[in-house]
Amino acid sequence: MRYIEPHGHMVSRTTDDYQAMAMAGCQAVCEPAFWAGFDRSSSQGFYDYFCQLTQHEPRRASMFGLPHYTWLCINPKESEDVALADEVLAIIPEFIDSPNVLGIGEIGLNKNSRNEMTVLEKHVDLAASRDQLILVHTPHLEDKHKGTRLILDVLKSDSRIRPERCIIDHVEEHTVKMVLDDGFWAGMTLYPETKCTANRAIDILEVYGNERIWMNSACDWGISVPLAVPRAAQEMKRRGNDSRFIDNVVYQNPIEFMSQSPRFIRPEGD
Amino acid sequence: MADRKNILDLYFLDARARLIDIAAYMDRVDRADGETDFRHDAFRKALKALDSGQPDRAEKVLQAFSDPTADPIPAATTKAACGAWPGADNA
Repeated sequence: MRYIEPHGHMVSRTTDDYQAMAMAGCQAVCEPAFWAGFDRSSSQGFYDYFCQLTQHEPRRASMFGLPHYTWLCINPKESEDVALADEVLAIIPEFIDSPNVLGIGEIGLNKNSRNEMTVLEKHVDLAASRDQLILVHTPHLEDKHKGTRLILDVLKSDSRIRPERCIIDHVEEHTVKMVLDDGFWAGMTLYPETKCTANRAIDILEVYGNERIWMNSACDWGISVPLAVPRAAQEMKRRGNDSRFIDNVVYQNPIEFMSQSPRFIRPEGD
Repeated sequence: MADRKNILDLYFLDARARLIDIAAYMDRVDRADGETDFRHDAFRKALKALDSGQPDRAEKVLQAFSDPTADPIPAATTKAACGAWPGADNA
């Protein structure tokens, strides 16, 4: 089996995880900028983080034969502080032309506040002005449905934004339809408790089809499973999905979306 | 389209175990002292979706826990979500 991990916070993971992913058939890892689990004290912390994402982590991934791609932003969890966000947004252009940067992400909302909306709009403007792909984080749990609606409204209100160049991540049964109906890509995150289980993700694929949709582990410093995607693929096989359908979801679809960036290189042998 | 018997063969025991876990959880809450809160109210509301007979039960359960309002909140006072909407007065 072959697959792409389109959303993994690898700076939080061990080399054992890289090894296991490579052995499970992973062909590339893609790492959106994320909250560290604590608030960084200044924009300098983000500068160092962006260096890690664009310089150090690709080298670490390459030790396991894995191409490493990344996305840049200040995460919605730190977007309540607009002044800090402005400072971080100002340093992103210094990194945006790095060879492994695919676009702006994961931007979006966390608690659906006015300041988060302001920072989201600034990120969307940055992405549009530089013709970047966008990867969107949708809020957690009780905030997801409302936040997804607000995010889609922001994206649709900017005429420069093309939905087919945006992926709206962490969709569940109550948000996937609005995302796909508006022409965006949808990401399903496989978490043990707080997002989609593998079986629910497969249900969504059976109901809505496998066009413009992918699965990811979003493995990070919290409870998450780096091998969630190949495990879900195995469950799809157990349920009777054919190999082409599975390959489309876990391999071809991520490639199709990310190949819209000229920096994404199709895996060898594809 | 999946075969219904195959789905039952694959998932019945797992679903049965989860259902018993939910029943035990509710018993546990009832045995405990003190008041429940909005999370338990939302949970009981969500349970009603299970017996709807409609093919959108998962969506309806998620909706039962969701913030139904449309406008951004004035400011985020926490980063965390708790799994159920506490209501406009407590959000």
